[in-house]
Parts: sequence; structure tokens; C-alpha cells
Amino acid sequence: MGEIDIANAFVVLANFVLIPSISYGSQLALGALGITLVYGILRFSNFAHGDTMAFGAMITMLCTWWLQHQGIHLGPLPTALIALPIGIIACVALLLAIDRSVYRFYRTRRAKPVILVIVSMGVMFVMNGLVRFVVGPGDQRFADGERFVISAREFRDLTGLQEGLAFRTSQGITILTAIIVVIALFWFLNKTKTGKSMRAYSDNEDLALLSGINPNRVVTYTWILVAILATVAGALYGLDKSFKPFTYFQLLLPIFAAAVVGGLGNPLGAIAGGYLIAFSEVTITYAWKKVLGYLVPWWEPTGIVQFISTDYKFAISFSILLIALLFRPTGLFRGKAY
Amino acid sequence: MIVTTGVIQSWNSALLILNMGLVSAIMSLGLNLQWGLAGLFNVGVMGFVALGGLATVLIAMPATPTAWGAGGARIVIALLFASVVIAAVIGVYKRMPNSTTRFVVMLALLLIGVIIYRAILDPAVATVEAINPALAGYIGGLNLPVLVAWPVGGVLAACAAWLIGKTALGLRSDYLAIGTLGIAEIIIAVLKHEDWLARGVKNVIGIPRPVPYEIDLQQDANFLARATDLGIDPTIASSLFVKLNYAILFAVVLLTLFIMAQLALNSPWGRMMRAIRDNEVTAAAMGKDVTARHLQVFVLGSAICGIAGAMMTTLDGQLTPASYQPLRFTFLVWVMVILGGSGNNLGAVLGGFFIWFFWVQVEPIGLLLIEFATIGLADESWFKQHLLASAAYMRLFTMGLILLLVLRFWPRGLIPGR
Repeated sequence: MGEIDIANAFVVLANFVLIPSISYGSQLALGALGITLVYGILRFSNFAHGDTMAFGAMITMLCTWWLQHQGIHLGPLPTALIALPIGIIACVALLLAIDRSVYRFYRTRRAKPVILVIVSMGVMFVMNGLVRFVVGPGDQRFADGERFVISAREFRDLTGLQEGLAFRTSQGITILTAIIVVIALFWFLNKTKTGKSMRAYSDNEDLALLSGINPNRVVTYTWILVAILATVAGALYGLDKSFKPFTYFQLLLPIFAAAVVGGLGNPLGAIAGGYLIAFSEVTITYAWKKVLGYLVPWWEPTGIVQFISTDYKFAISFSILLIALLFRPTGLFRGKAY
Repeated sequence: MIVTTGVIQSWNSALLILNMGLVSAIMSLGLNLQWGLAGLFNVGVMGFVALGGLATVLIAMPATPTAWGAGGARIVIALLFASVVIAAVIGVYKRMPNSTTRFVVMLALLLIGVIIYRAILDPAVATVEAINPALAGYIGGLNLPVLVAWPVGGVLAACAAWLIGKTALGLRSDYLAIGTLGIAEIIIAVLKHEDWLARGVKNVIGIPRPVPYEIDLQQDANFLARATDLGIDPTIASSLFVKLNYAILFAVVLLTLFIMAQLALNSPWGRMMRAIRDNEVTAAAMGKDVTARHLQVFVLGSAICGIAGAMMTTLDGQLTPASYQPLRFTFLVWVMVILGGSGNNLGAVLGGFFIWFFWVQVEPIGLLLIEFATIGLADESWFKQHLLASAAYMRLFTMGLILLLVLRFWPRGLIPGR
């Protein structure tokens, strides 16, 4: 086993495991941040979050199509980046309207959290119907621009290795955007006055109210942040894979798992949880035969050395969730829940 | 309402709605036991319903002749081995002191376990699935009467509920919700992808019925004579007769479960459950084991959902894993319970009928409304075409709206519970 073999093995690993799980993890982390913010400040588990992501992504997609129709393009980058702010604005408007018309009533009455969860189920139904009504239940694509930052062949020519490394534009954009959004979010929460009042409100509602924090303002900002996070996460997921309303509903499980594993209500935990879930999902469902072929050439495995088939990727986030609930219900970063 | 449908549309579709309404009422009875009586938040109804459906296949279908010899036994060995490994891991967790060594030992056990399990299972699965894949390709069932499958479906669902309840109960209520959501997705994934078990997305069709077949009726001289007496076309008569038979069977089950639920609600046990629901801390202080009681009622409610699932699959005569959608099988049942009035069994049953009726009828009504609203537009206009094509999704929207409106203005439902 020479150095070349190790390099080849690493390239295969990066191509099929590292890059996909980092970009998938970024999408999950952004989604989980939204769940965790609602949980920390509004104090309920938002079942409508997956469909909020679908709504934001749908508006972004419609806008992208319109822009493409008008002949506006962003060169090598996907046109969806121009459309993203419009998706965010629409999503903010929708969430604020829903908050005013639905959630506020229960908040002022201090209803039990579980009632709010059921209410969020109703909201989920409505959003679900709305999205399917507008674009239908089918699979749609809206990615354009250059497909690869570096394609497998270019990489092979460049390095002379046997294995190629493909780095798709959508993956690069996902990772970059996620970093920017997360930095901005933490800056907002830690440095601005509004952000600080949000954290105070999340820590101790009564004390925050006593010190003169305006709860309506905190709630409004929370929904705005949630809309931004959800739209960005949804649009990135749609760019990277494809847009299908039902997949967004199914994303609810890994996203919740990420938020719970990291500690519900803790933003840092949500990010860690997102990557943890993504890495576990990809590594456990990956067929390791090729990597092992380079590293342990004398052993010829009979199968493709895959622990669990990709059909059961939900089972993985679920098992991680169960393990977290059994052994450390507060999550990695000590969230609020017990 | 159902009678109106009979008059306006046809008696056939009215009975169809009635039958599914009966099944829906049983599901909502089960969920009401969990939510209304105990305040447990179960969003995995779909999973338990699907397990009931699986039970009908495993009980009622004829066994695939060569499957057991070819690999069926080996599959059972593999599953037994898997449970031994899990038991061993739990044993290690309980016996060894908390340390890194324990973690490593558990991980190693699991890893080696998975590899051996796959080595036993995979070839067996391949041989079973290779047997006549167009028609069979699965282990088949026990060839027992399909009615046996109904309680068995309940037992299967109860086992799954016990597993999930054991882990998630006693924690926050949201965790149970997420846990049940997950288990439901996993059950559906297993049904879709384990072809040896129930043919996966290839579907199992032709599940035996507990009632006569239309074809046989149409050749039965007695039946034909009676149909002519009543002045009904024999084809229609036979289909009505079959549906009526189902309706009677289902009504008997619903009535039995309803009486049992009603007795439970008014018994000391029911009073205790309500006391726990209303104030867990006080109930615990009075010496009630809150978590154990929760587990009990969670298992019972899920079993009822499982029975309903088995009945539904029997009615359809086929198991189609791809048709299990969480919105349809979990959240719709929730709308039924909330509309009916949480905590009231009669309310749950009524809610089941009402919502099922609307679920079926909103689509034609929505279509009519859109036709009416777009009457000024040209038929080939893009906008009108799109609206007409999307009318089907109106019902999701409507159901959400009903749920939100009931919660806001009528939080106690049609018939308030206690």
C-alpha cells in the first residue's frame, strides 16, 4: 500500500462521504436552527417547519423560473441566488401573517405548549395544501449555471490520481451560504440589542418582561429569523437535490433529531447536531468497498460493504435520536428540555 | 349526510364512505384514548395502521410453497440472532460499569452483530425473492381466516407501541411526538423495501375476504332471485350486498370497542387516567405510577389503531405500502379527534365520520367551486387549467383550516369531553 493508494482512498472518501455530508449537514443545521429558535423563544416544537422550508423554496423557485424566462442569469452561479431574497421576503410575510392570525391568540392566553404543537400541525396542513396547490406534488429542478466547481475529470488531470473528485457548485454554495448565515445569526444574537433581548427572553421570560423587553418585538424578530433560515435551508436543499414538497415534510425527522441531539433551544447544538446526523447518515449508508480496496488491497470483500441500505436512512437519524433521548435527553450542548 | 350521498351520487359510493368512515371512527377512538384520556401526543398513527395491514398479509395469505424451504427458516434465524445481539448489548449496558470500555464493547458487539446478521439474512432474502417474483417472491402468510388478522394486527401494533413508549414516555411530550413520527416512517420504510416480507412496493393483492365475492353472488340462483324481487340489477345488488356485509362487520367491531372504551372511561381506571392527565404531579404524589399508566394507555390506543389498519387492508383487499401517507393516516385522524371533542368517545366516533365524509367530498365540491369561480375564463386558459388540476390539494388546505378554526373558536369540539 503506497502513498498513492492512501491518496486515492482519501479522494474517494471525500467525494462520496465528506463533501456530501458537509453540504447535507449544512442544510440540516440551518433547518435545525429554525426549530431550535422557535423552541427556545416561542416554546413549542414547530411541526410546520418542513413545510415552511418548502414554501420559501417554492417562492424562490418560481422567481428563478421567471428570471430565467426574462433571460437574467448569474453567469456560473445559479440564478436562484438572486431569487433567494424574494423567497425570504415572501416567507417572512407568510410567517408573520400566520403568527398574527393564529399563534398570537394562544400566546396571549399562555396556552400549554402541546396545544401550540397541535396548532402548528394545522398550519402544516394549510402550508402543505398551499404549496401543492401552487406547484403540484411532483419533482422540480431549478438549478442552473455551472454544474461543477471542479469535475471528476479535471481533478484527475490535475492530480494524476486514479480517482476523481467532483465538487458541485450547489455544494460549494451550500457550504459558503451556511457559514455566512450562521456567522450573521450569531453576530445578531450576541452583539445586537435585539439579539440580546431575544436570548434574555429565551432564558427567563418573566425576568425579561420585567426588565422592559417588548415581547412582541422579540416574537416578530424570531419569526423573521426563522423565515430566513427556513428559506435558505429549503432553497439550498432544492438546489442541491430537487424540489419535491413531500421530501421537505420528511426532512422534519432528521431536522428534529439534529435539534434534539444538539440540545433543543441551543443554536450551537443545532449546528453540531445537523452535522452529526448528516455524517452518520452518509457514513452508515455508504458502500465502503472502494475505499477498503485501496486501504486493504489483500482483503476482497464479497459484498459492497454497506452497513445499512440507503432505504433506511431515516432509521439512522431516528436511532441517533433515541440514543440521545435515552442517555442524554438534554442533548450534547445542554438545551432547555429535560 | 351519508344518506344524501346515497341519493345524490350513488348508494355504492355512500356505502364506500360509510365503511371507511367506520374504520376512521375506530382509528380516532384509539387516538382519543391516548390524547383525550391521557394527554399523550401520538403522531405515528400511520405506522400502527400499517402494521395492522401487514398482519392481514401474514395471517391470511396462502404461504408461498417453496419459500420456507428455500430461505424462510434462515430469515427467522437471522431475526432471532438480531434480537440476541440487541439483548446482549442491553446486558452489557446494564452489567458493566459506566466507562469507555463499555462503550467500545457495545459498539463492537453491534458492529459484529450487524455483519453476521447480514451474512445470514442476505442470501436467504435473495432466494426467497427469486421464487416466482412476478406473483410471489415473499414468504407468504399462514393461510388462516382473515378475521384472525384483526386482533393480530392489534397485537403487532401494541408491541411496536410498547417499544417506543418504553423509551420516549416519561420525557417531554414533544419527544413522544417526534419518536412516534420516526417509528411510523421506519415501519413504512420496512414495508416498502423488505420485499421478502410483504412484496414491498410490488404490493400484495387478492387478500382473502371475510365476506362473499361479487362474482359468486352473481352466479348464485338464490341471490339472483332475491335481487329480481327487489328490482335491483344483480351486478349492483351484489356489490351493495358485499359492502353491507363489511359495514355490519365493521359496525360490530366499532360498537364493541366503543362500549369497552366507554366502560374504561367511566371506571376507576378512567378516573385515574383523567386525574393523571389533569395534574401529573398530584397524581404521582397520590402514589400513581404515571409513566407505567401512560405506557399502558399508549399501548392500548395503538392496538386499536392496529385493528383499524387490519380492517382497512381487509376492505381494500390489498396492501399497498406506497399509499401510506402521514397526512392522510396520522394528521387526518388528529383532525377527527380534535373536531369530535378530545376525551369524549362518542365525539371521536362522530368526528371520524364527519371528517372522513369531508375528506372524500371536499374534492368534488372544490372542483365545482372552481368551475363556478372561473366561469368567465376561457376553457383553455392556462390559469383555469392549473386551478382545476390543483383542486385535489384543496382538501389538505381545508382540513388545516378546519383544525385551526375548531381549535380557536370551538376548542372543546362537537361533544366536549370531561
